[in-house]
Amino acid sequence: MSDDLERLQAALRADTPHPPADGQARAKAAALAAFDRRRQGKRERQRQTGRVAHGATSWLRSFAMSFSRPYPALAGVAVLLLVGGVTYQMLPTPEPDDPGRWAASAPADDAVAPVPKDGRAVEPPAAQAPPQEASDEAVAQVAEVAGQRPESYFDVSELVPLTAEVAVDPAVAARTRAVEVAEGYGMRRMPVSAAAEAPSPGYRDQGRDRFEAFDPNPVKVSAEEPVSTFSVDVDTASYAFMRASLNRGVLPQPDAVRVEELINYFPYDYAPPESRARPFAAHVSLMPTPWNTATRLLHIGIKGYALAPDDRPPANLVFLVDTSGSMDSPEKLPLLVNALRMLLETLAPEDRVAIVAYAGAAGTVLEPTPVAERGRIAAALESLGAGGATAGAEGIRQAYLLAERAFVKDGINRVILATDGDFNVGITDPDALEGYIARKRESGVFLSVLGFGMGNYNDALMQRLAQSGNGNAAYIDTLSEARKVLVEEATSTLFPIASDVKIQVEFNPALVSEYRLIGYETRMLAREDFRNDKVDAGEIGAGHSVTALYEIALAGSGAERIAPLRYGVEEAAPGADHEGEFATVAIRYKLPGAGTGTEIARHVAAGNAVESVADAPADVRFAVAVAAFGQLLRGGRYTGDYGYDDVIAAATAARGADPFGYRTEFVSLVRLAKTAAAMEPLRQ
Amino acid sequence: MSEDTDAALVDRAAAGEREAFAALVERHYGLIYRVAVRVLGDDEAAADLAQDVCVGLAARLPSWRGESRFSTWLYRVVVNAARDRLRREGAQRRNEAAFAEVDAMTRAGAAALDAEALWMRQVLGALDEDLRTTVVLVLQEGLRHAEAAEVLGVAESTVSWRMHQVRRRLRALAAEDDVA
Repeated sequence: MSDDLERLQAALRADTPHPPADGQARAKAAALAAFDRRRQGKRERQRQTGRVAHGATSWLRSFAMSFSRPYPALAGVAVLLLVGGVTYQMLPTPEPDDPGRWAASAPADDAVAPVPKDGRAVEPPAAQAPPQEASDEAVAQVAEVAGQRPESYFDVSELVPLTAEVAVDPAVAARTRAVEVAEGYGMRRMPVSAAAEAPSPGYRDQGRDRFEAFDPNPVKVSAEEPVSTFSVDVDTASYAFMRASLNRGVLPQPDAVRVEELINYFPYDYAPPESRARPFAAHVSLMPTPWNTATRLLHIGIKGYALAPDDRPPANLVFLVDTSGSMDSPEKLPLLVNALRMLLETLAPEDRVAIVAYAGAAGTVLEPTPVAERGRIAAALESLGAGGATAGAEGIRQAYLLAERAFVKDGINRVILATDGDFNVGITDPDALEGYIARKRESGVFLSVLGFGMGNYNDALMQRLAQSGNGNAAYIDTLSEARKVLVEEATSTLFPIASDVKIQVEFNPALVSEYRLIGYETRMLAREDFRNDKVDAGEIGAGHSVTALYEIALAGSGAERIAPLRYGVEEAAPGADHEGEFATVAIRYKLPGAGTGTEIARHVAAGNAVESVADAPADVRFAVAVAAFGQLLRGGRYTGDYGYDDVIAAATAARGADPFGYRTEFVSLVRLAKTAAAMEPLRQ
Repeated sequence: MSEDTDAALVDRAAAGEREAFAALVERHYGLIYRVAVRVLGDDEAAADLAQDVCVGLAARLPSWRGESRFSTWLYRVVVNAARDRLRREGAQRRNEAAFAEVDAMTRAGAAALDAEALWMRQVLGALDEDLRTTVVLVLQEGLRHAEAAEVLGVAESTVSWRMHQVRRRLRALAAEDDVA
C-alpha cells in the first residue's frame, strides 16, 4: 500500500514548481535592501543610544552562545573579542587613538567587515565609534565595542521565537513592501497594456485586487431559524468590477461577485410611494424559481421617492482625489477628472465643491467654491496630476476638515473619495480609518467612494469605508459608468432619503420549510440588531430601488435540501394561526437626521403569488435573471442545470424599455462570461 | 562562493558581508518557493511569501543557532510563515476546498498538466494543513521523519502517524474514484 505514497512522491517530484521568472531577483533585491537598512539602522541606533547598560551583558551572552555553535571559526571570533573587550575594560582611561587613524581605518559604510585573524583584528569594529567617545567610561567603551561586534547580529535580544512574524523590523518590512508595491508589482501587474497582449506565463489577472472572502448564504430551516435580518445594499461596485473583468475575457474572482450589488445595479420600475410621508414603498411577491422547479422565489422590492430638482437640499461636496502614482493610467485619473466634470452638470449653481488631492502629501487643491464658478473648478480639476505614494488617511482628514468648514445645515455634506484604493502611507489600519469615518458620520458628513482601475483595487477596504461613512461605493470602469453614477443617478447617489434601512423577514414554518437569502452575505445582521437603532445599516437615496430575493422551499413540496431530523420533536405548526401567510417582511429605517427608526411591514400571502415565471413582471424577472447570473459566477452551488444560456434567454425577454441600455449590456456580459468560462481551463 | 557551507555563509552574512547574504538568498530561494507553493497552493501567494521570507532573513539569521542544519531551520521558517499567512487570511478552509481547482486552474495550461500532476494537486488539496505540510517535507523534500519532526516542532512519532494518515486518505480517495 505504500505504492500510493510512492506515487504521490513521484508526482510531487515530477512537477517541480517553477518560481516566476523574476521572483528570485525581486526577492533578492528586497532582501538585500532589508539587509542594508538593517545594518545601517543598527549602527545608528547604537550610536544614538549607546545601549550602555545591557550592551555588555548581551555581549557576554552572545559570547557564551557562540560557544554553543559548533563552528570553530566563530568561536574564535568570540574569544578574540573577549580578549579585546577585557583589554579595554582593564584600562582605566583608554587612550583615545590618533583621530587620523580612526578615520583611516573606519570603513565608511563598509560592506565587508574584516574577519578577525588575530588579537588586533578587534580594533576595526571599535574604530567605528567616534573618537571622542573613547574618553568615556571604560564600561561604556566595552559596551560600545561589544555592541559593535559583528553588527551584534548575534545579540541575544534578537532571538525572536521561530513562530513569530517573519519580518522582525516592521518598519523596514513595511517600507520595503511599500516600495515594492509602488515600483515593482504595481507596474508589472497593471493590466492596462497587458489586456491587449497574450498573458505572460505565470501572470494572473487576479493579482492584487483585494476582496473580502465570503461564502454564499446557506439554506436555513425556518422551524429552527424563522427570522432573517440584513441591511440594504445599494452599492454597485461589484457589478462594474465584474464587467471590467469580463470585458478582458476573464471571469471575475468569485469573491468579487456580490449578487445583491449585481441585482441592485439596475434601476427597477417599482411603484414609488404614494405620499412623501413614507420615503419608500415596499413590494413583495412570490414566483416559481427558474433554476429549480420545486422551489419559489420571494421577491422584495423597495422603491424610494424621487426628488424633484427644486426639492434638493443644498450640497457641500468635497472631492478627495487620489493622485498617487498608481492612478496614472488612462482608466483612472483622467477618467476620474471627466467623471467629476460630469457631476458638476448635475449640481445647482449654489452647491459648493472643494477638492483635496492626496499623494505623498495631501493638499487642498480647491477651497469650497460655488458650482457657479465653473471655470475655477474645471481649472482645479485640470491641474490634478499623478505621482507619489498614497497618503489616504491624511487626505481623508483634510477633506473632512473642509467639509466641516463649509457645513450646510439640513443639506448634503459629503466627502467623495476617488481612488484605486491602495492606502500605503499613513494610517493604513482599516479599523482606525473606519472608526474615524464612523465618528465623522455622526457629525453629519458622509462618505461616498468611487473606485477606479484594476490590478491594485482594494475593494474590501472601499466597501468598509463607504459602509461606515453612510455612503455608497461605486466602481467606475468607463465613462458611461461615471455618467450613470454621477449624472443619471446623482440624486440617489448624493441625496439619502432614508438611512439605516434594515430588512427582517420572518417565515411561517407551517408553510415555508426552508429559505435561503440570495446575496447580501456581507450585509447580514443579528436578529436583535433590527430594532437597535444604534446598529448602522445601508442608506437609500432618492429614487433608489433595492431588491432582495429569497429562494424558499414550501412545506411539503419535497424541495427541502436539509433532511428532517430523525429525532426531532413533532410540534404543532406554530404558524397555524396566520393561515395563508408565507412570511412577513418588516423594513426599518430612519429619516435623515432622525434618531429613532420607523417600521413598515408587508405580509406575503397567496395573493402575492404568481403561477409561472412568465406571469411575473418584467422587472422582477430581470432581477431574477441577474441573481441567477451572479450565483453562476460564484460557482452555482444552488442553481442546478441552469446555465448562461438560460440567463441570456430570461434577461433578453425581460429587457423592457431599457432607456440607458444597461440591460442590453448585461446580456452581452453574460455572453462574455460564457466564453470566458469556456476559456478558463486554458488559461495560464 | 558556491562551495561555502551554509554555516560559513551565515557567519559571514552575520558579520555584515553583503555578498554572503546574497548568496544565501540565491541558494535557498528555490527551496523557499517550492515549499510555499505546495503549502499555500497558489503561485502568486507563494512568490509573495518567498519574498517576505527572504526579506525577513536579514533579521532572522541570528536566530539560527547552528544546532540544526540550516535547511532544517529554513524549512521551519517557511512552514511557519506559510501557516501564519493561511491563518491571517482566514481563508484556510476555503483554500483547502478550492486548492485543487485554483492550483490546477492557475498553473495548468491544459496541455502541460498530466493526470498524475492533477491527481497530486487534488490529493494535496484534500489534505488538511498539517498533513499537507508533512507530505511536502517528507515526500517532496525528502526529509527523514525525525528531520520533519524537528521542522514542524512535533514528535517524530507524530510525523510517522501523519504519514500513516496520509496513506489511509490516499486509499480512501482511491476507493472513491473506483466508485465514481
